Amino acid sequence: MKKSENSMKIYLPSLSVNEGVARSAVAVFVAQLNPTIEEISDIKCAVSEAVTNAIVHGYKYSQGVIYIGVKYYSDRTVVIEIKDKGCGIENVAEAMTPLFTTDTSGERSGMGFAVMSTFMDKLDVYSKKGEGVRILMVKKLG
Amino acid sequence: MEKLRFNYENEVLTLKIIGDIDHHSAVSVREQSDSLIFEKRPTIVLFDLSAVEFMDSSGLGLILGRFTLSEEIGAEFKIIKPARSVLRILELAGIERLIKIEGDNNEEK
Repeated sequence: MKKSENSMKIYLPSLSVNEGVARSAVAVFVAQLNPTIEEISDIKCAVSEAVTNAIVHGYKYSQGVIYIGVKYYSDRTVVIEIKDKGCGIENVAEAMTPLFTTDTSGERSGMGFAVMSTFMDKLDVYSKKGEGVRILMVKKLG
Repeated sequence: MEKLRFNYENEVLTLKIIGDIDHHSAVSVREQSDSLIFEKRPTIVLFDLSAVEFMDSSGLGLILGRFTLSEEIGAEFKIIKPARSVLRILELAGIERLIKIEGDNNEEK
């Protein structure tokens, strides 16, 4: 594959306050490509969903590290990778079903993956139980 | 940081959310909203999103939870003035089939 034009790597502890830090940092990085307001808002939302999943489900509010990698190519393709080393997902297809949630408080909508796949052009989720989650998202800017 | 301002008049409780709504901020908004709904016992709850620039799916859970609580006390629940980016996520989840959304906040930027 062609070499990326620019890239960024961030490691953040799994604190919920870092949800905003993660999406803002990615937005600032991608802003170099002069995306539309809508494109930036889509990317922020997708990053927020992935990072929230890592905190709430991957690490279940325990301490862990969230890895975020962003790169873009000369054809304005943005690739975002978000990884955790949390508990992993046993059944990825089930987790990705809209409205599916393991949460019992009634406060989680189960729409995280639906948001990621709607707002990004490509979404791949790799996970095994006990081995964390790796999310790869691609968005082609206009 | 202040996340919520409220106004209570003629049995209408307006909850104006300030700033981003994500999983982190939803906690305090939820607690403040619920205690106001319990305390005021309004007949209408207006969830004002005009000062929200960013919302992710945690906002959907937040809204559905407050909608359920309002129904339980017999109050009507409405969302008012969502920005376009917020409206997109509300529509993605089909919230409008359940909850009335009034007024937009979509001045050209």
